Parts: sequence; C-alpha cells; structure tokens
Amino acid sequence: MNDMTPIKATTPKDWETDQEVRWCPGCGDYAILKAVQRTMPEIGGTPENTVFISGIGCSSRFPYYMETYGFHTIHGRAPAVATTGDGDALSIGGNHTMHLLRRNLDCQIMLFNNEIYGLTKGQYSPTSRIGTNSPSTPYGSVDRPATPCAFALGSGARFVARGFDVSKNLHEVLKAAHAHRGAAFIEIFQNCIVYNKDVFEEFATPKGAEGHQLWLRNGEPMLFGSDKTGGTKGIALNAEALTLKVVDVADGDWQAAGVIVHDVTNRSLAHMLVEMPFGEFPMALGVLYDDPRPTFNDAVIAQNKSASEGKTADLGKLLSKGQTWTVAEGHPEI
Amino acid sequence: MATAFKDEHSGAHTPVHSEAVVVRFAGDSGDGMQLTGGQFTLSSALAGNDFATFPDFPAEIRAPIGTLFGVSAFQINFGSSAIDTAGDQPDVLIAMNPAALKTNVGSLREGGLIIADTGEFNQRNLDKAKYTANPFEDGSLAKWQVLAFDISALTLEAVKPFGMGNKDALRCKNMWTLGLALWMFDRDRQPIIDWLNAKFAKNQVLADANIAALNAGHAYGETAELSGPLKQYHVDAAPAPAGLYRTVTGAESISYGLVAGAQLAGLKMFFGGYPITPASAILHHLSRLKEYGITTFQAEDEIAAICSAIGASYAGQLGVTSSSGPGIALKGEAMGLAIMTELPLVIVNSQRGGPSTGLPTKTEQSDLYQAVYGRNGDAPMPVIAARSPVDCFDCAIEAVRIAVEYMTPVMLLTDGYIANAAEPWMVPELESYKPFPVEFLESVPEDGFKPYSRDHKLKRPWVKPGTPGLLHRIGGIEKEVDTGHINYSPANHQAMTDIRSAKVNGVADSIPDQVVEQGGSGAKLAVVGWGSTYGPIKQAVRRQRAQGVDVAHIHIRHIWPMPKNMADLLKSFDKIIVPEMNTGQLKTLLRDQFLVDAKPINKVSGQPFTIAEIEAAIESAVS
Repeated sequence: MNDMTPIKATTPKDWETDQEVRWCPGCGDYAILKAVQRTMPEIGGTPENTVFISGIGCSSRFPYYMETYGFHTIHGRAPAVATTGDGDALSIGGNHTMHLLRRNLDCQIMLFNNEIYGLTKGQYSPTSRIGTNSPSTPYGSVDRPATPCAFALGSGARFVARGFDVSKNLHEVLKAAHAHRGAAFIEIFQNCIVYNKDVFEEFATPKGAEGHQLWLRNGEPMLFGSDKTGGTKGIALNAEALTLKVVDVADGDWQAAGVIVHDVTNRSLAHMLVEMPFGEFPMALGVLYDDPRPTFNDAVIAQNKSASEGKTADLGKLLSKGQTWTVAEGHPEI
Repeated sequence: MATAFKDEHSGAHTPVHSEAVVVRFAGDSGDGMQLTGGQFTLSSALAGNDFATFPDFPAEIRAPIGTLFGVSAFQINFGSSAIDTAGDQPDVLIAMNPAALKTNVGSLREGGLIIADTGEFNQRNLDKAKYTANPFEDGSLAKWQVLAFDISALTLEAVKPFGMGNKDALRCKNMWTLGLALWMFDRDRQPIIDWLNAKFAKNQVLADANIAALNAGHAYGETAELSGPLKQYHVDAAPAPAGLYRTVTGAESISYGLVAGAQLAGLKMFFGGYPITPASAILHHLSRLKEYGITTFQAEDEIAAICSAIGASYAGQLGVTSSSGPGIALKGEAMGLAIMTELPLVIVNSQRGGPSTGLPTKTEQSDLYQAVYGRNGDAPMPVIAARSPVDCFDCAIEAVRIAVEYMTPVMLLTDGYIANAAEPWMVPELESYKPFPVEFLESVPEDGFKPYSRDHKLKRPWVKPGTPGLLHRIGGIEKEVDTGHINYSPANHQAMTDIRSAKVNGVADSIPDQVVEQGGSGAKLAVVGWGSTYGPIKQAVRRQRAQGVDVAHIHIRHIWPMPKNMADLLKSFDKIIVPEMNTGQLKTLLRDQFLVDAKPINKVSGQPFTIAEIEAAIESAVS
C-alpha cells in the first residue's frame, strides 16, 4: 500500500497572496479576510482544494487575496462557492442566491452586508434602511430593506448564521459553516467606513455592545446582557402571540424566567430569530439554524451514476438508434 | 426541386410514378399534425426517398380551436433525386378544418390536390376561419382539385368497436388521414403500426383504435380510387451512397455532435440550459445521455445556465450552453467573462424571429450581428454556422475543437428551421474524425507557472482547480500579460486586447479554405449564403446553371474568422448577392471585411426562402 502523503498543516500566512490588498484603510473587509485566513488552517483546509468565487463589488475582490484557486466572476453571478455582497447577492443576483440555497449546493456563501453599494460610490442597497440618503436617493430611500437571513430561510437554506467583521467569534461561525454539508449561508455585517460608517455600531463593536448581541449556541439558553447594561436578560416565547419576548433573568435562574434553549434544528425558532426587530430585541448572532439535508452535488452524481448503470457509452450505437435503413452496394449513387 | 406530381391517368392499381412530391398536412394545433408529419417522414425515409421537412407551428400550445392563428402545419418534400428544401409549393394539401384550408391553400400549386375533412366545415368553424361562404360551394377553389369528404364521421365509424368517447375517438382523425396518405404514396403501414403499438404500450385500446383508424384511411384510398379523383403515386428510392441511414433533426444532430466532440476532446461535458423555443430540444436530448459523461442542468435562468457552464469549464469539463436570441442576449455579459478568462465554452444559438420575443416558432437568421459583435468591449469570439440538420453534427464537433484548441468560447449558429427539420442521414463513422485530446497543465513548467502564458496558438494553459502548485486567480477584470494579475495599465490593456484579437483571428490557420459549392471562382455572379439558406440557394444555382447562367454558390460555415482565401475568392466575381433571412447582416460583414460590393437579398417573413425567390434574384442580378 502506498503511504499517504501527510497533509501539511498550514498557518494563516500560507493563505495570503502576494497581491496588494486594495480595500479602503479601515474597511471591515480586512477583518473578515483575517478571520477567514485564520479559519482555513483550523478547519484543515488545503489551498489547492479550495476555491473562492465572487461576484462584483468591494467584497468580491476577496479571491485575489486568498492563496487558493479563485474566480472573480460578474455582477450577481457568483453563487457557487461564494463571497458576495448585499447588492450582488440580493439585488442583481438574488435569483441565483435563492436557487443555490433551495438546491442545497455544497458550498459556503459569505454575504458581506454593509447596507450600501461601496464600489459604485455609495448608492443605497437592498438592505439599506428606509430613509437612507445616498447619491441615488438624495431625499432618502423609500423601499423596505430585505432581511438576508429571512430570505435565506425562505429560500430553503439548511444553514443560516450571522457574524460581524470585527467579532472575535467570526471564525467560529465560519468553522461551523464549513462543517455543515450543503449550502451554508453566513451574513457578515461589514462596516463600510467610507459610505456607511458605523451603521451597525449599536451591536457590532468588539466590546461595549454586549447588551445588544445575542450569541446563539446550540443547547444553551438564549441569554444576553450584563451588569453594565442593566442585568442579564433572556429570550422567551410569548405563547399567546406566537412571538418571542425579552425577559429579565434574576439570580441566574433562566429556567424560572422561561428562557428558551437554542436548538439549531428548530426551523420555526430560526424563522422567529431572523425576524426579531433590532432595538426592541438584541441582534441574533452565531449559528441560527443548522439542519443538513442531502446536497445537490450528491444527488446529481448519484443520478448520473444510476442512469448510466448497465449502459455503455457507445456513440456509434447511439447514432444508429431507432428506425434505420440500409442502402445496399450497387444502389445508384448521386 | 422538380415537383413532377402530375394528375395523368393510368390504370387502376398501377401507381403513377413521380419524381418528387410536396405534401402539407395542416390542422388545428391540437390535431396532431406534427406527429402525423413526423410519421409520414419516417415512412418516406424507409421508402428510400430523399426528403426535407418543414414543421411550421404557432407559438401557442393549444390555441383556441378552429382559429386562423392556431393552425399547425407540416410540409415534406420527398423525391427520387436529391432534395434540398421542403419545397416551394405543396402539390397536396391535407386540411383538417376551414382555418387550415384558409391559411394554407394560397401556397398550393395550381392544379394541386386539396383533401379536406368536411366534418369540420360547419358554420361555427367557417365563421372562425372568416369564410363568408363554404369554399366547397362558392367556386373559390376552382383552380385546384378537391377531394372533400367527412373524415370525422369515417374515423368515428372506424373506431366505434373500441367504445371511446366522441372526443377521444375524433383524436384518431390524424391517423385516419395518415393511413390515406400512406396509401396515396404506396407506403408500407407496418412501421407506423409498430410505432403506435410502442407509443400506446400502456393503453392497448388507444393503440388498437389508432391502428384501426390508420387501416380505415388506407382502405378508403383503395376503394375511392375506383371512382374518384384520388390516385396512387409511387416515388422511387433516391440514389444514395451505400451505408446505414436514419432520419435526424438539427436539434438531434447538434446534440450528437456535442457528445462526439466531447469524446474526441477526451472530456466530460456539462450542459447548462434554460427552456426556450426552439432550443429546448437540445437540453431534452442531452439529458438522456448521462452514460456518455454528460451532466445536464436546467438552471434558474439563461444567465445561470451559461455561468454554470463557465464554472464547469473552469473545473475542467467541456462547458456547453444553448438558447435562442432573447436568451443569448441575457448571456452576453457572461460570454465576455469566458473571453476574458479564456476558458473553452460552446454556445449554441438556435435563431428565431426577433427582436425581443419576436416569432418564437418561426425561423430567421437575424442574430449574426449579435454573434459576431454583440458584446461589450472588444470581445472577439469564433462563430460558425450550420447549413442543414445533418451539417449540425460536424459543426458541433468543429465548435468543440476550436473551443478547446484555442481556450475560447465559440458560438454555433443554427435556426428554428434547421432545429426542427428532418432529413436522411448516413450514420457517420466516428473513426473518420481526428481526435483532439485536451492536455491539462498538471505541474509547474521549468520556467515557472504563469496562468496567462501562451503557446504558439496564443492559447493559455488549462488548469483544474485541485492541482497542487498551480494555484491562481482568474476573473473578468483586465489581466496582466502572462501573470494574469489585476492590471489596468494603458500598455497592458492594449497588449491584452491585441492578444485576444490575434488569438481568435489565428483560428483561421486551423480551418479549411472556402470551397465553391457550384461553379468556380471568377464567375459572373456569386451567390454567397450561410446557414439554412443552403438548400434553396443550391437548387436555384443548379437550375440557373443548367440554363447556362454563369453563377457560383459559396456557403460560409466559418463566419468568424473567415477562411483565409475568402478575400481573393470574393474579389474574383463580377457581382455578389447575399440571400439572408435578415435585413443584410452577412452582407455588412463581407463589405466590412473585404470591401466588396455585396448586394443583399432579404426575407424576414418567418418562412424559409423558396427556390423561385432566389432564382428571381439571380436572374435580376445577371440581367
């Protein structure tokens, strides 16, 4: 038996290219790039077996900065192994995102959501809040924003997670996405320091915003807050209204407060979590939903195999299939 | 084609010999005319006739019954000598209702035969067809022979033993009619009976009823011959080289050609498609051929269809996508991506009438500009065009060859006429095709790996993701010469634009010189065509040459780049005319590329050229 070539452990450095990174100084994309480069060694990835595919937009320059195979495609058309943005994935490419998720193609989609079009100089995007002032909406935008994770769940996604650029937990979320077999959808809130600065400030700062972050962990109660923010709180079910509610937790007794234990396979719960209005509720972060189903890749390969079984690829036979007739030698030629 | 179908008398039971006959079956879109025509075609093939067919159907699946716009027709020209078109004028029109008669009788040859089902000529249907009087009674059909009788009633009687409802029983009308047509042209019924038994294998009553209707139609012919204008005709087998034959439509032929091309390249194929008339048939055919290493993918839209094919090419398979004009327009940006990333890709365009949705089921050649020029930026791409259903096979192989030998997307043009029309095909010997196996780059070359380095053909290496040591990034953004890194510098963009153009122009080194189909260089007049005008041009030039006219026929397969001898060849003629089913697109290309005074002959009615139309153009050009 041949010896297997041992897989060489990589370091984050091995995933960096020689290309100069061209994002604006201070852009949240740098933090996401670092988090991904940190995650790759941890999940035991090999550069030659990894491919980053992107659409168009600031986020989509991503593949050039990863020392892997990479494909920077065209606007909206990335959904394969994908880095994409709120414009790319939900506006021009919304159709493909939906179908990729429903088909359950085995890949991870990282949607960098900065609620703005950065690369085209600051127009509002499908996730911009109503009233967003931008060059194309000088009097404020009037259309309602899309909720990426709700869109993903509605499209049939089997893995939905959230993180933000500078979060120390982002690489854990990426690892969970990689571990999921099938399409994994990760919304990453990203701070566009030029066109939409600090739009996620209320919850997406490294520290000081704990009271507005609900980090979800499977099997653990949904607790958030701290003494600094007025004590521990939790998420409970308002059974009469079939909605969630925020409850105070006294003396750590979350059971008494009726706080829900997170179950990543509970689809109804996931629907409620992605729809929680921020402000009244904290921002649900981490793995919101994770319940794998057979993937498109496997189904296609299985069908190709079963449909080919017992058949030979004899092209000569194929061409002469069906009704044929023979013109004999000696027949008058043209 | 000589439509020598004559109504000369002969003794009963002795079929009249004819050289060629054109028959048109016309009825409501729900009457099964395409099926009837298809089976009659099979019977012509088995009788050894040469033939060409022209299915002509509305865009509506089941238009309201009896309407003029709901008429579906199938024309076949079959003969004992070479047949190249579906025929200028039918000799026989089989009209299943007033609307079918009204819309089709105008093209019937004077003296030709109308066979009509009087069972459908009631006041309601006459009104729907906008007849103010019954055409059988007002003398308006005087210049034709008319055989009108109640086919509906005869069919009901024939299938009575099977206890079907009236509606289902009347569905057998088309088989009754086919039975009569089989008798008229002295054909064997058994292959059709076999086909019916296979088709209705799960419902023997339906099979038996249809066979009974077929037999009844046939028997009617035998009986009616003794007393009426109905006569039996016999068309001898056409001369043909010895070998195994089958019938093939353009859509089938393209599908098989793509499979053959992938095999010759040693690649698996990925076909990304989205349903669109008249291109869907290719997706349907290929989806049944998984054992040939073909994965088919019905994408969510045209853009995803081509993008998935580009992704497959990136991964090391042969990416193929197919559509018709409106879908091709949606794919435009992604074609640019394939050009920029220099990945092989075959794009099949089955053209239809445009612009926009246009005439989905009618034929046109109006996407030539779109194929050659229709992308943003300087985006050169090889374009080839098939001339007939059979020619699609070789053209598909050629498209695959160019795509993989030059790492480029290639557009293959056919049209609605070619896609649907059938003709006899001598099954090719695959051993006669030269393989062009693909070699992937699998290790770092001695002088280092550069993803945009080039060989003598200016082709860049093809690397499968997953290959250690050859990691690289590609994309639609401008590349640096050799390294492929992002580079917007003025000199680099100039250099890369020049390279992309030179690479595609270099394809001309690998294609044969343009041949002259008939006549030779230096003739007084050249008729230059491309695509499905081949049949009518060939026959028109043949007839004119027989009358002593100094005219040549050139038919171009390689639209872009053109064969290297084209400039000298075109300049050798006194005059050039270019018949096209558009407003003059090849004409523009020829003028632009060769500064020749090519004159347009145009037709955009959704119908193919007739031979007579092209003859008239030749006569006018040489007069």
